[in-house]
Amino acid sequence: MLIYVFRRLLTAIPTLFVIVTLAFFLIRVAPGGPFNQERGLSPVIKANLEAQFGLNDPLWKQYLNYLNNLLHGSFGPSYNLPDFTVGELFWKGLPISVQLGASALILALILGSILGVVAALNQNKSADYAVIAVATAGSTIPTFVIAPLIQLVFGLSWKLLPIGGWGDGALINKIGPVLTLALPQIAIVARLMRGSMIESLRSHHIRTARALGLSDWSVVVKHALRGALLPIVSYAGPAAAALLTGSIVVETIFSIPGVGRYFVDAALNRDYTLVMGTVVVIAIFTILFNLIVDILYAVVDPRVRYD
Amino acid sequence: MAAAETVLDVRDLKVRFRTLDGAVEAVKGININVKAGETVAVVGESGSGKSQTMMAAMGLLASNGEATGAVDYRGSNLLTMRKSELNKVRGRKISMIFQEPMTSLDPLYTIGNQLMEPIRRHRGLSAAAAREEALKLLRLVHIPDPERRLKSYPHEMSGGQRQRVMIAMALANDPDVLIADEPTTALDVTIQAQILVLLAELQKKLGMAIVFITHDLGIVRRFADRVYVMRSGEVVEEGEATALFANPQHPYTKMLLAAEPTGRKAPPPPDAPILLEGRKVEVTFKIGGGLLAGDPVILRAVDDISIRLKRNQTIGIVGESGSGKSTLGRALLRLLPSDGQIRFGNSDISAADKQAMRPLRRELQLVFQDPFGSLSPRMTVGQIITEGLLVHEPSLSSKERDRRAMEALQEVGLDPVMRNRYPHEFSGGQRQRIAIARAMILKPKVVVLDEPTSALDRSVQKQIVELLRKLQADHDLSYLFISHDLAVVRAMADYIIVMKQGKIVEEGQTEAIFDHPREKYTQTLMAAAIDSTRFRASA
Repeated sequence: MLIYVFRRLLTAIPTLFVIVTLAFFLIRVAPGGPFNQERGLSPVIKANLEAQFGLNDPLWKQYLNYLNNLLHGSFGPSYNLPDFTVGELFWKGLPISVQLGASALILALILGSILGVVAALNQNKSADYAVIAVATAGSTIPTFVIAPLIQLVFGLSWKLLPIGGWGDGALINKIGPVLTLALPQIAIVARLMRGSMIESLRSHHIRTARALGLSDWSVVVKHALRGALLPIVSYAGPAAAALLTGSIVVETIFSIPGVGRYFVDAALNRDYTLVMGTVVVIAIFTILFNLIVDILYAVVDPRVRYD
Repeated sequence: MAAAETVLDVRDLKVRFRTLDGAVEAVKGININVKAGETVAVVGESGSGKSQTMMAAMGLLASNGEATGAVDYRGSNLLTMRKSELNKVRGRKISMIFQEPMTSLDPLYTIGNQLMEPIRRHRGLSAAAAREEALKLLRLVHIPDPERRLKSYPHEMSGGQRQRVMIAMALANDPDVLIADEPTTALDVTIQAQILVLLAELQKKLGMAIVFITHDLGIVRRFADRVYVMRSGEVVEEGEATALFANPQHPYTKMLLAAEPTGRKAPPPPDAPILLEGRKVEVTFKIGGGLLAGDPVILRAVDDISIRLKRNQTIGIVGESGSGKSTLGRALLRLLPSDGQIRFGNSDISAADKQAMRPLRRELQLVFQDPFGSLSPRMTVGQIITEGLLVHEPSLSSKERDRRAMEALQEVGLDPVMRNRYPHEFSGGQRQRIAIARAMILKPKVVVLDEPTSALDRSVQKQIVELLRKLQADHDLSYLFISHDLAVVRAMADYIIVMKQGKIVEEGQTEAIFDHPREKYTQTLMAAAIDSTRFRASA
């Protein structure tokens, strides 16, 4: 198993390299540059800035420079937020996004799984229909509708929660954004779990367990649920990678200083280094969580072996 | 035995399923009783309701099913029992084993864990004591190296071993009644015989009654004391096994008993030309391997086999699952890459590429085992059987194709009107006829029949065998008949090749192989399949 993990981490290096290379050249294909603003800088200032950041060098040289910096652990300076390096931006923002994302993910996995199991056990009965209705609503109502609703109801009318802000990570500030992030995920997990549990309950070994007179608890939890977890595990990996790297909608609406907004802002402003930094961070998260998924697979299912 | 107590009494049992098309009555008020220690067989073809009867008794019906009537276990009705009460009976007093050994065990837990669970639940033993019991049970069902097997997962065991584990689980609490639902159908014949001997032995040792649900009359004859014959939800005949076999009353029972395929095929004249020939054919598969995974494992599925198929000859290829018989059939049709030489007629086709093979394809046809999976559900029967004509006779007008479709359907004994219907509207036997029509419409010379009757009921099997023989006589066809079912092979083939692990174990004229098998393996195979002596606990 350790050898397997090591091998997977090794193969992550070429993957990352390809991603970095593609992203580097793709963003350069887009017209404009970091200093082409609406009102335009004077040509002299612009030329000075570009010289300072090495943007006048041939592209291949910039690329090699970037790779070299990256290997030394530096993402470079941000062009549009000149007081910060990209590294500093992530150092400050990422823990916030990760906290929110992880809380939302855990909430979604627990609540979604419970809802899914309840629905599966009551297939085609009212409890099932209720879960399906909630799940459909949860996955169709967009976050930019849910978030303001939460602010309106819990923040403005009932004054239970702050309307926005991070409040240095106070629990009460997290409730709104975590709920907003979690709701669609709860819906997806519940639907997945329902389907996979129904299938699992129909399998032959469940019939065996029933024929042996085992208790409902053992039949459902020990035998059916464990097998039904696999699709949830494979969904949770990519979902985790997406959630933990921040959400632009939630972070903007709740004014949270996470990293979710960087990707879009940076891409629009041609903040090359910040785009690259975001790409690398998301890529690392994705690779890491896919590895975790594969390891969990082997933990849940003894037929999966990696030696 | 005569005054033995009735342990299981099924009275006026009805099983109904609610479906989108209304209620379907699967069991229509039947009576079955089982006395302590006896072996009762419930026999019937697919759809007769034989399994659903016992599923209902065990409270295992699908959620849209409901049972009325009574199933009494020693006086208390299982159908009306509370679930907690029922859970004290099933697994303890009445237990059940199923048809699907590969999937009936939980793949995520070790054998030991699964064996210990019902023991601990019903007898409240400690983990250590339950483990001892589990070991004892594994020894009882003759699992070698039981200590190690406790830690094995189901996927690490063969089908036969898994069925032994299932039996061990079912017998863990010394039940009164063991319900065995087609317990050997999914197994190879030699394994089948071993499992049946094991069941007989355990019954002798432990004294439980066995309810044996099966479609296989050969097993019933060798195994059961009393028989119930079921057809479309009703018991049509019941009685002592010996009497029932000697003197069946109901026409359906008579039909079932007569359903073993009969007749023999004469060999082709000695000067018949050789149509398809394989010389030293080998097929190897690489398993695993890759850039970082190291060297692949090489599996020799077909190992140095030579075969000569003459015109109007049927060669039966016999062997258990994994023996390479299907792979050989596909390799000879050049559907799989292989080493060695393959000749069709006068030309060497070993190296022919796809393009060169295409015109030959119409003369080399293949019929598959699974009549449910091998017909596209989105095409009409007419489209399915004429699809080959589009490739091989593109100049035909659509009217002409339609006429050929009608001819082909008529030839396989189906009403030509059916060509506008879809496969799901047909039964398994009808579908297999459609699959045969699809091959025959191209007027082939060689047809590889890969277990064409294995998924069918005996009575339907017989009809398909007769159809295939008629087609052969009418069109001078040559068949390569791949099957594990020796009774069918005997009726179809004039020459037999016995395969094991990719190699030919024995070959010869059918009668010679059946009457005087030389090799040990062939003898075991024959004994398991043909012998009519009763399964006895080995001394």
